[in-house]
Amino acid sequence: MAKRRVAIVGTGQTHHKSHRPDVSGRELIYEAVTRALEDADLSIKNIDAIIIGNMDHFEGINYVDCWSIDGSGGYHKPVIKLTTGGTTGSTLAIGGYHFVASGMFDKVLIIGWEKNSESDTTGAITTAFDPVWDRLVFAGAISGLAVEAQSYMAKYGATDRDGARVSVRDRKHACNNPYAQLRKEVTLEEVLASPMLADPIHLLDVCPRTDGACAVIMASEDYAEKITSTPDWIWATANRHKYTYLGDVNWGELDSMAEASRDLFKKCGITEPRKQIDVIEMYQPYSFAGIIWIEDMGIVPRGKGAEYIWSGATDMGGELPINPSGGVIACNPIGATGLIRCAEAALQVMGKAEARQVPDVNFAVSTGFGGCMWTDMLLHGKKKPNL
Amino acid sequence: MENIEYIIIESGKAVQPFNYSVGMYGSKFFYELKNNRKFLGVQCPKCKKVYVPPRRVCGDCFVEMKEFVEVGPKGTIGTFTILRFAFIDPETGTQKPIPYGYGFIKLDGADTLFQHYIDVHDESKVKIGARVEPVFSDEKKGTIKDILYFRVID
Ligand SMILES: [Zn+2]
Repeated sequence: MAKRRVAIVGTGQTHHKSHRPDVSGRELIYEAVTRALEDADLSIKNIDAIIIGNMDHFEGINYVDCWSIDGSGGYHKPVIKLTTGGTTGSTLAIGGYHFVASGMFDKVLIIGWEKNSESDTTGAITTAFDPVWDRLVFAGAISGLAVEAQSYMAKYGATDRDGARVSVRDRKHACNNPYAQLRKEVTLEEVLASPMLADPIHLLDVCPRTDGACAVIMASEDYAEKITSTPDWIWATANRHKYTYLGDVNWGELDSMAEASRDLFKKCGITEPRKQIDVIEMYQPYSFAGIIWIEDMGIVPRGKGAEYIWSGATDMGGELPINPSGGVIACNPIGATGLIRCAEAALQVMGKAEARQVPDVNFAVSTGFGGCMWTDMLLHGKKKPNL
Repeated sequence: MENIEYIIIESGKAVQPFNYSVGMYGSKFFYELKNNRKFLGVQCPKCKKVYVPPRRVCGDCFVEMKEFVEVGPKGTIGTFTILRFAFIDPETGTQKPIPYGYGFIKLDGADTLFQHYIDVHDESKVKIGARVEPVFSDEKKGTIKDILYFRVID
């Protein structure tokens, strides 16, 4: 467990778009960083260390920790890069938590970013997979997600209509979020009529490609309450990895999320997640995950995900709203995406989520997902955690 | 500054070749595939799981595996998808022919799934649980492409 308490005290993000030709990568980073500093009412001088990351190969330029100093504010500061593929953003958050919780640093700036427009997404993602055994048939993120959905549907009889219902939810929620890329509602019929990319995934079942950045500032207990009257306390983090080759995966269930959830909830005394958690910001890159992964998380029993989604329980105003921000289906600057989930969960706890605010949030969960089927999770709380 | 056109600089065709070692376990697999058209797996001495492709360590048990076992060549479809969107295959730089079947095959005797193409000329037959067999290439190179694809057995 942590050596000391850690809270998020400020967040900032860019207005995410499919293309940002008006800025270079470091300038995009600068926008998110200045917004986070402004949100926390801090100057870059107050920051002790910086953790930054994106997904390797997306821009064909590595070592962002080194070349982004103008944008990150890392001039003559300790800067470290973390990159774990799809989970990069959530791993950055977990890394920031470790930095502060360990007692090594008091105020840490965490930055995730991506300019997906600068390369071929499928080509870049492919570099995360084994060249000899995984790549022959591989077709980027969508192929792995499609086989997961296919397997789940065969086991539990879910339909593409069930998946579409999740897209409808997230795209509706995104209309409340000024930072989201896709802010237009879609109907069930539109999702089902959109082109089939890889059975059973339609175009409107999956995330777009996005340019965007997010920054989060974490502080130790000594500073957190001086910086803000509404800190978002990090109760715990969890992370699980599972396989070597894609053929090793237990398709149809996300084992890494099941394990990470058990770990996270046990650390925090969460015994009935459906009742105790008020909102979830899930790294859900396609619609079917919205059904499958809430089962892995223990929100509902196996095979009951679709029913729960159809009941409206995860819509705004429902029992457990999921992705008030519109989530990943509405916006996916990959290296920032996991950190955006974390920032959005923080906004919910801090009561700063404006039009997308869920009332009275005591506990929020944010997650990260990587195409290699691994999971990061954070539990955010209004009250201070026990040490 | 208002009317400026944003400039994008292109990298042009950039190529970076690599040479990958498959190790003793991978080499043995490809040797058997090339010369005898057999599939080799490896069994964990502790959990008894049979892995394909064979590899040195069982990740679950973190013990070394030495017991090679023959698996397949027939199997069942564990899961699959049919790829329908056009994209450039980063391995070849050319457009991937679509639609194509992306199969995870449970070779008989194995516990993990083996990825390869599935013939989708009759899509109605391609289902989870369907029996399949490999169709081999005439050319024997000792790579994964010695198998052309798997097809559903009636
Ligand atoms: Zn084992």
